[in-house]
Amino acid sequence: MSTKDTGFHQARWNEPIIYDLTSPGERGILVPQTEGEIKDRVGDVLARVPEKMRRVSRAPLPEMGQSRVLQHYLRLAQETLGRDLNIDVGQGTCTMKYNPPVNEAFVTTPKIADLHPLQDERTVQGVLEIVYRLDKFMREISGLDRFSFQPGGGSHAIYTMAAMVRAYLEQKGENRDEIVTTLFSHPSDAAAPRLKGYKVIIVPAEEDGFVRLASLEKVVSERTAALFITNPEDTGIFNPHIRQFIDLVHAAGGLCGYDQANANGILGITRAKEAGFDMSFFNLHKTFASPHGCGGPGSGAIGVTEELAPFLPVPLIDYDERSGGCFLNYDVEHTIGKVKDYYGVIPAVVRAYAWIMSLGAEGIREVARVAVLNNNYLLHKMYQIKGVEAPFAPGKHRLEQVRYSWQKLTEDTGVVTTDIQQRVADYGGHYWMSHEPWVVPQPVTLEPTESYSRDELDKYASIMERISEEAYDDPELVKGSPYNSTIGKMADHSYLDDPDKWAITWRAYKKRYRGYFNPRGDD
Amino acid sequence: MDREKLVHPYIPNSVPGVQEEMLAAIGAKSIDELYELIPDDLLFKGKLDIPEGYRDEYSLRRHMNEILDKNVPTSERLSFLGGSCSPHYVPAICDVINSRSEFLTAYAGEPYEDHGRFQALFEYASMLGELVDMDVVSVPTYDGSQAAASALRIACRITGRKTVIIPRSLNPDRASIIANYCYPQIDVLTVNYDARSGLIDIADLKGKLSKRIAALYIENPSFLGAIETNAAQIADLAHAHGALCVVGVDPISLGVLAPPPQYGADIVCGELQSLGIHMYYGGGRGGFIASADEERIVSEFPTRLFGIVPTVDHAWGFGDVAWERTSFARREDSKEYVGTMAALWGITAGVYLALMGPQGMHDVGHTIMERSAYAAQELGKIGGVSSPALRAPFFQEFVVNLDGAAVTARRMNEELLKMGIYGGIDLSREFPKLGESLLFSVTEVHTKKDIDRLVTSARQIVEGR
Repeated sequence: MSTKDTGFHQARWNEPIIYDLTSPGERGILVPQTEGEIKDRVGDVLARVPEKMRRVSRAPLPEMGQSRVLQHYLRLAQETLGRDLNIDVGQGTCTMKYNPPVNEAFVTTPKIADLHPLQDERTVQGVLEIVYRLDKFMREISGLDRFSFQPGGGSHAIYTMAAMVRAYLEQKGENRDEIVTTLFSHPSDAAAPRLKGYKVIIVPAEEDGFVRLASLEKVVSERTAALFITNPEDTGIFNPHIRQFIDLVHAAGGLCGYDQANANGILGITRAKEAGFDMSFFNLHKTFASPHGCGGPGSGAIGVTEELAPFLPVPLIDYDERSGGCFLNYDVEHTIGKVKDYYGVIPAVVRAYAWIMSLGAEGIREVARVAVLNNNYLLHKMYQIKGVEAPFAPGKHRLEQVRYSWQKLTEDTGVVTTDIQQRVADYGGHYWMSHEPWVVPQPVTLEPTESYSRDELDKYASIMERISEEAYDDPELVKGSPYNSTIGKMADHSYLDDPDKWAITWRAYKKRYRGYFNPRGDD
Repeated sequence: MDREKLVHPYIPNSVPGVQEEMLAAIGAKSIDELYELIPDDLLFKGKLDIPEGYRDEYSLRRHMNEILDKNVPTSERLSFLGGSCSPHYVPAICDVINSRSEFLTAYAGEPYEDHGRFQALFEYASMLGELVDMDVVSVPTYDGSQAAASALRIACRITGRKTVIIPRSLNPDRASIIANYCYPQIDVLTVNYDARSGLIDIADLKGKLSKRIAALYIENPSFLGAIETNAAQIADLAHAHGALCVVGVDPISLGVLAPPPQYGADIVCGELQSLGIHMYYGGGRGGFIASADEERIVSEFPTRLFGIVPTVDHAWGFGDVAWERTSFARREDSKEYVGTMAALWGITAGVYLALMGPQGMHDVGHTIMERSAYAAQELGKIGGVSSPALRAPFFQEFVVNLDGAAVTARRMNEELLKMGIYGGIDLSREFPKLGESLLFSVTEVHTKKDIDRLVTSARQIVEGR
């Protein structure tokens, strides 16, 4: 008999919106006061600012004592299921691996936290050395010739690749206007090149999940500026014909960019260079263990061949034999300029460097091998669950993740994948379906990474199994979930999609509603 | 290999016996077999030229500390470097919250199990919205430069025009990022600034505004520290040509300076670093975009936006507003793109604003203005030094000109460095109109004693003692 009770309940604090915690006059922190002598010398500084440029009244912010601010945010923290707290294999494509706390020590030290980006180079040799060395490591891991850490995430790196494609082709005097990608590559591979003026062509996959060389041949032409492709794709299937794909695009005069946001299954196994890619990027917040931070800051480390190196963003970090130190090199012949402030997300760079140094060459390879082992083990466990299938590549092993389908379960019970997603919250887990469009019906994408033990994988599979049983036993139970989460079910999504109903800030809410979502109407 | 097989603390299933059992369960002979789809000629058979690694944590720490010790951070010296990245006091609670495992290691969970993440970011947007006087604030983008570039693209889509104007006094890096982001569809023109006041050259602006212009971008304070006193007139001029006025702010100034809608801004954007985020060698950045709650504007935002939703148990629920607008849903048909950006800094900025409250934000702005005014004034008393060199009122940053002194900007910084002081940003190369000038930044962390030490040192250098 299925019950709502799963033996788990997440923290539920019913924490008010912070504005409802305000108590006039309370202070959260005090600010250093200007010395009297300074006040005497400078007089009324605000009087020098024209009236219309001054703030008329105090900004309407909450007024709270320090303890209540801390309590509020700690409660919100408890209502957030960080990777550290769960068996986070349910957020496929995101590589939710272990983020070693020791690496935080290297970032939060004043030796990094208190560095200003424009300090004299002689005073920042430590951080420059780390960037320089990480560049070298990345060259090894990719086989490419030069890296920049300026992009602030994977999508930003895709945008940067598109900018470099454009600059490279303009320099050669070629006018190509199309970028080709595949349906199972990340949505940003389709979205970001548009910003650089490219028409984006999507190559579909066949029913077996593979993209055919013939399909690519149909769209590649003298108009092709580049191919942007993920491999293995989001399905966890490695495209064995990648070399031919690249040869085809190269023969047509186009470049090839490799989306390696998630390279976790192939570190030290196969590289961008051997496949023939001209450029590639790694997400340091995925494969290289920098934490995801609720959605950034991340880092998209972008690497290129020697031919494309003169187009990288400035500055690059180089080593000067004469001074025996590293320096910021702005002398990059055809640089696209800058894509982000200063030198990128340095904390992610420092963590990635420390992570590699904690593993070494052998350890990095072991990461990939165990990530793939774990994934195939979980696949094996999932095969035993009623209602779920793993479409594509029948009988073949997968790399780091699998996109499963609950289509059978939906047909049998009416329970859809988003119902399962909400029920997983009742078991203290995450569950993510798929990027759009949902080519795989009723999808879920699971990626176990190297970070979880066999017991933990068994545990996650048992959650899937329990929910499958619940769906067959009592579909309404699953559809009504979650019950044991931070809040009860949100039923009416028009509050997010109707411009007359949504409120993106509390002040917008107050203009629109009284109390609990009572429309103000005419009052 | 002679070394014993690696069992690594980060890889529980690196235990050989466990691997064998798992392979047996799968029905595979070896892990190599799992890579069957990778053609042999693509397999990397060499050895990565990467060090063996420090498997024990202590040795790793020793190694890292040896490298990090080569850094001499601003907190070990006296620093007056600013220019869109400045030292401010970071309240302890900001670091406590953003280093909590729950927030630090969360990513993209659902509004149930990640409820706290959604609420914290909704509240961040709510507080920042009050500071900038706007009803819509985005989940953070990469940095203030990206926010500006994106705001200009939004303006182009709203107006259907393809030319924007940015000031020549802009941070050169920011100008490069904007130019890059706008190219090739959008033309970026620059408007001159007046080298005596530091303000936008109104005559030049009038000559450049036309029916082609989608948006004019200005900053308050400007990169050179100037408070754009003609902002209302500038916004009116833009509006008269059907262009939008986009204003970039340093939010720490907004406890004392007017929120931009007060002088006509249509879109406000800015950098979050000053709100409780350490500098991290320029790696602690987050940007925001804010506007009125008008569908024609909101539907053009590329970033995520979190909204509030009722629940069956009368709690506050949250979710993504107009998800179908984003590149996650629209792929190649989307407006720009969205991805992992800088959410943790949004949460941090929210904590900062909650701690500071209305009085704290006023006080910090006021303190910065007083201390920077004092520093500028005292430096100006040195013979041959013009400070503040620009006539406009300023916030935090100010230009010091050395043309009348027998010392270059570069030399001044070199000598200050010898005295343990990181001087101002050397403007002589990128702002030649300003001559031998430095941009100094003075915030609430600089005491009178600090400022007096700078002034005394600068005087010694100028007077050749």
